[in-house]
Amino acid sequence: MTIIKTKLNRRSFLKVSALAGGGMVLSFSWLAGCQPSPEQEKLGLPDEWFELNSYIKIGDNGLVTLFSPNPEFGSNVKTSMPMILADELDMDWKKVIVEQADFFPERYERQFTGGSQGIRLGWNPLRTAGAAVKYLLVAAAAQTWEVPAEEISTSGGIIRHEGSGKKAHYGEMAALAATLEVPEEIKLLKEIKDFNIIGTSRKNVDGSKIVTGKPMFTMDYKKEGMLIAMIIHPPAFGMKLKSFEAESVKSMPGIKDVFSFKVHKEDYEQNAFDTTTHPELVAIVGNSTWEVLQAKRKLKADWEKSPEREFVMAGWGGNKSTVKVPAGLENTEKHKASMEAHSKRKARELRKDGNPAAAFSRAAKVLERTYTAPFLAHNCMEPVNCFAHVTADQAELYGPIQAPEFVSNTLSERLGLPKEKIHIKLARMGGGFGQRAYGHHMVEAAVISQKVGAPIKMIYTREDDMTYGIYRPTYTATYRAAIDEEGKLTAIHIKAGGIPETPIAPNRFPAGAVDNYLAEGWEIASNITIGAFRAPRSNFIASAEQSFLDELAEELGKDPIDFRLELLDRAKNNPVGNNNDYDPERYAGVLKLVREKSFWDSPRQGIHRGVSAYFCHNSYVAEILDLRMEDNKPVIENVIAAVDCGIVINPDAAANMGEGAIVDGIGNAFFGELPFNDGVPQKSNFNDYKMIRMSEAPRKIEVHFVKNDHDPTGLGEPLFPPVFAAISNALYKATGQRFYQQPFQPQLEMMEQEIKVGQS
Amino acid sequence: MAKINLNINGKTKEVDVDPNTPILWVLRDHLDLVGTKYGCGIAQCGACTVIMDGNAIRSCSTPVSSAEGAKITTIEGLSENGDHPVQKAWMEHDVPQCGYCQAGQVMSAVALLESNPNPSEEDIDNAMNGNICRCGTYLRIKKAIKTAANS
Repeated sequence: MTIIKTKLNRRSFLKVSALAGGGMVLSFSWLAGCQPSPEQEKLGLPDEWFELNSYIKIGDNGLVTLFSPNPEFGSNVKTSMPMILADELDMDWKKVIVEQADFFPERYERQFTGGSQGIRLGWNPLRTAGAAVKYLLVAAAAQTWEVPAEEISTSGGIIRHEGSGKKAHYGEMAALAATLEVPEEIKLLKEIKDFNIIGTSRKNVDGSKIVTGKPMFTMDYKKEGMLIAMIIHPPAFGMKLKSFEAESVKSMPGIKDVFSFKVHKEDYEQNAFDTTTHPELVAIVGNSTWEVLQAKRKLKADWEKSPEREFVMAGWGGNKSTVKVPAGLENTEKHKASMEAHSKRKARELRKDGNPAAAFSRAAKVLERTYTAPFLAHNCMEPVNCFAHVTADQAELYGPIQAPEFVSNTLSERLGLPKEKIHIKLARMGGGFGQRAYGHHMVEAAVISQKVGAPIKMIYTREDDMTYGIYRPTYTATYRAAIDEEGKLTAIHIKAGGIPETPIAPNRFPAGAVDNYLAEGWEIASNITIGAFRAPRSNFIASAEQSFLDELAEELGKDPIDFRLELLDRAKNNPVGNNNDYDPERYAGVLKLVREKSFWDSPRQGIHRGVSAYFCHNSYVAEILDLRMEDNKPVIENVIAAVDCGIVINPDAAANMGEGAIVDGIGNAFFGELPFNDGVPQKSNFNDYKMIRMSEAPRKIEVHFVKNDHDPTGLGEPLFPPVFAAISNALYKATGQRFYQQPFQPQLEMMEQEIKVGQS
Repeated sequence: MAKINLNINGKTKEVDVDPNTPILWVLRDHLDLVGTKYGCGIAQCGACTVIMDGNAIRSCSTPVSSAEGAKITTIEGLSENGDHPVQKAWMEHDVPQCGYCQAGQVMSAVALLESNPNPSEEDIDNAMNGNICRCGTYLRIKKAIKTAANS
């Protein structure tokens, strides 16, 4: 058993029963593990619930409600987080109801889904919460039966005392347990070998609701008297509202109001998740979506160029800064030219080991390659939307949001209401991928509701969503390697930047594995807004680095996996420099596992393979992609992934997440691209923004997890970054051409065309 | 505005709407059938798929006036308790991630299997290519369709 301190988690144990959400409206059909009949359902509901802590409520009949604290956007935390609670509680998963917690910072530690940190940072609080409730139940039984607590055992929601033969279900002890105190130090976390829910595959607790079309998303939410709102934002980055003719649409059927509004107050100090592309918007409010949409299409508005503007960023720890938003209408061709120019200039040094300049001047050969990638739109399937009902003394919001804590501050400031009067309910999100960490839509909905004095649901059209900004930035990276006369690698130099940020993580591999190493970064300001996008920065730099290492291995005459393992061996046994931000052994571990699982050493005729590996979000992933050419087009046969993310909570769901990340990566590598002309995004819906579809997905994906006892680490993101280079490296084997520019499809089409011309 | 009679999930419904209103918004705003989703509004993503007279159609781009006299099935009308073979297969393979596109995916799969009970790999690709899943659950969707075909 592990000793745990409960003190740190004291907040989790606040007994605020009056605020306990929703128990009585629950029905038995919310059960996580099975589907009862309506009769069973009626019999199954308890007469009374006892709240043991913020996460766990026990009914007098033994039914248990587990609150899943984090917002759910598809990474399945609503199943895996309660699994952790249930395991430490020794509860039967079949008798568990899972409920989404509201945003409630007094009760939960960290209600943030993003950065692949949900499970990693939730691991100890959730285990502690489950174990502490089990402790209280055992203590209650010991008191009731007058036996020592040490002689009592628990399993599957049942408490037993061997000696006396006494037995009770949790519900029988819950009333007394709820009156007992949790000691500050308890010995009760399970041994890893004793887990019986963690590490077993459990179905998505919302699976049946999803496949039967039950309302679960904000988009589906409705309240008596609710109006529909839509916004109109400027057609281009660098433009702002000049004027609009409200009268042109006010008399249209179903239209209630048309007005413009500022998203933030003039003197508002923004936080990092307040990204607001357009400070002023036009709102149209009406009875139904179709009516509002007609008015939106008809509204006449004039736009003008926006001058340079600035705003104050509050920053972490009170470090205020002024952020300048440049004026101008940007376009992709100019972006490319200015990035190319920056790549040749001196840049900011981020890390230097040894003497790279000397190594390069002595080199017998220098391999230099430049990689680029475009802006990407998130394109969550559920377009941006939010429900808000703001009254004089409170605000109720229901919206897709990954980071409710940040936006609750923003809402409080904007609406002039204290934070405790802002109630945010966490909706299941139709995708997030980072975009939903930014809460501008919630502020917009709240301001609209406040203005019209009614509950409203604000809906962005797909076009509004795709052209709003908060994109994955465009990047470029130049890699150089120095090779001496004996054919040995002596130095690596990376210079990388982007609009508006550099993608480099300077202390990651291959730093630490090369004697002479230099990482430099640069950035170019822009008025095109950016935001986190599944594995920010890693999603590009992994593709550049892993493509370069593949070409470098070839140059050195080495197998690409052997070459990486040699570097990792060096980083392990004789690391260069300090602060190397990875464990070379675990990194090598996934490469070895993927080599074994893919039968790398036994190549197959007609199958072209690319390998790639990356470490991010505390997890290690290696992937091998197999493709064959059919009519000069690549068909992806199989992707084999090896993952080290520590203990895997829900293996089949984890594999699903990994499969999805791989498909997502393939789609973006081949097709993803959002170009601009005069500040206008050149794609605005799925007719021109190509998303991967079923026929382009791999025929097969295998996700293998390294088995170890490390605490769990990130999973939603780490499988995404390596895919890009696995593809480019496989395409090289298949075509003899290297792929340096994302997306890859245009180069493939050009090659196909050349082959056709050659044949005719 | 016009009164339009609809047959949805075996029940007759009368709505009074602009006849150009897409079926999608009639279902969602007027009939409280919100399982059918808005994704793109231009028949490119398939989130709004319903079955009209046996064919999978994109309800976001089909005016309600064209549905008069037709039989429409939405995700809510597939089964009483989520026990349609396609729904069961979806749960067996634990297909959904975010879940937003899945009602449309299920409806496309149902329409496919009704016209082609034993689809080939290529048939499945062709029938499902109009449905985007941003989470990338395509392989599981395909497995679930094969399971449903065999049940």
